[in-house]
Amino acid sequence: MALTNPVAIVKGAVSLIIGLGVTIKAFFSPVVTVQYPRVELKISPRFRGHTKLVADKDNPDKTSCIVCGMCEKNCPSGAIVKVVGEKKEGEKKKTLTSYILDFTTCSQCGICVEICPVDALAFSAEYNRAVFTREGCHFDLVKEFEKRKIH
Amino acid sequence: MKTINNIIELVGWEAIKLLIGLIGVLVVVVVNALVLTLAERKVSGHMQRRIGPKEVGPCGMLQPIADTIKLIAKELLTPQNVERPLYFLAPVIVFIPVMVSFVVIPFDAYLQVKDINVGILVILAFSSLSVLSILLAGWGSNNKYSLIGSVRSVAQNIAYEIPLLLALLAVVLMTNSLSLRDIVESQKGLWYIVSQPIAFLVFFIAGVAETNRTPFDLPEAESELVAGFHTEYSGMRFALFFLAEYTNIFIICAITTTFFLGGYHGPILPGFVWFFGKTYLLVFVILWFRWTFPRVRFDQLLNFSWKLLIPVSLLNLIVTGGILKL
Repeated sequence: MALTNPVAIVKGAVSLIIGLGVTIKAFFSPVVTVQYPRVELKISPRFRGHTKLVADKDNPDKTSCIVCGMCEKNCPSGAIVKVVGEKKEGEKKKTLTSYILDFTTCSQCGICVEICPVDALAFSAEYNRAVFTREGCHFDLVKEFEKRKIH
Repeated sequence: MKTINNIIELVGWEAIKLLIGLIGVLVVVVVNALVLTLAERKVSGHMQRRIGPKEVGPCGMLQPIADTIKLIAKELLTPQNVERPLYFLAPVIVFIPVMVSFVVIPFDAYLQVKDINVGILVILAFSSLSVLSILLAGWGSNNKYSLIGSVRSVAQNIAYEIPLLLALLAVVLMTNSLSLRDIVESQKGLWYIVSQPIAFLVFFIAGVAETNRTPFDLPEAESELVAGFHTEYSGMRFALFFLAEYTNIFIICAITTTFFLGGYHGPILPGFVWFFGKTYLLVFVILWFRWTFPRVRFDQLLNFSWKLLIPVSLLNLIVTGGILKL
């Protein structure tokens, strides 16, 4: 019986004090939680969010997409619904007008990012998008690109 | 002014003093409960390296007020087949002994509702009444968890009241008085924690058990008994149990301060600041216990009291008596 053994009692008491030391140390240590909606963590640069269009190096107002359609053809889940461009007057290349990504089927495999001959696609760091309908998941990347340009 | 004098003459100065004292006690009880609910959550947060409540008011300071409003607004649900008179009576009874105990505690040299010459007996006698209300609540709820919780509580409280009393008796032997004020006055030079460290330890451990706090929280044991004796209570009835629990913690810490930590004695600052400072330090220790120690098993709980605390406190009493006789 442990309670009649003085050595066991002393040992137990010491272990209790050690335990108290552990918690008081935690009490005075800095907080580790992040107050999420108020404060957000910095996202790792290799985080795979949905794909986004990257601005052209020479012309930051425009994407470098040449509307070749490689991404659309190579997507294993058919998540890239449509890539449409038109040839404007006085320009050599086609200009992208609409790029619809169906995020419900996209698995962020990255084949479109890999295959793009002009590196016009990249992963975004966005992780807290919420939508209310299935159609809400059809992201128009061109519109998002324009929005980012304004900000 | 004249009418006030007339009223004082009519009912007597003593009664007026008692009334003002009771109002003061009520204020202390409520404010203490508000502070402790917040402190419990904040301390638990920081011990788990979170920050606890923070949304209501600056740093979550108004959280207990929001909680109170919620509890008051909630429906008072009475389950079917409860033992109605007992079920309704229990939360009322739990609160009375708590209030009475406050009357004799000396908060400052002249801040005491009434100095009764058997003060500590009053506190001990009334605090053992709270077991009755727990038993009523458990029995009246018609719920097996509540009944198990309350039966555990009764066994536990009876077991731990003995070392509690024996530890205090050693101090009473040294002061030759049961009045709390005399006990505090006799600690002007040396606090009894120095001359009676074993009695202090035994009393504090038994006090934690008496308030049903972790590691002795078997009557409530949220992980096994849902909430023990107050499972079936909601709204303000539950709040009364809650209030009584926090006030009990305060009372145990206040008695420990009075008996072992020199009560309101202390340099520079006024007496009541010292009293509340010491009391809340002990309250913090109890909260600290909660987030450090796991719950003991029931046989361990009773063995600890009967086989260790009671013999040790009896021995302490005999040794104290022997030394005083010499």
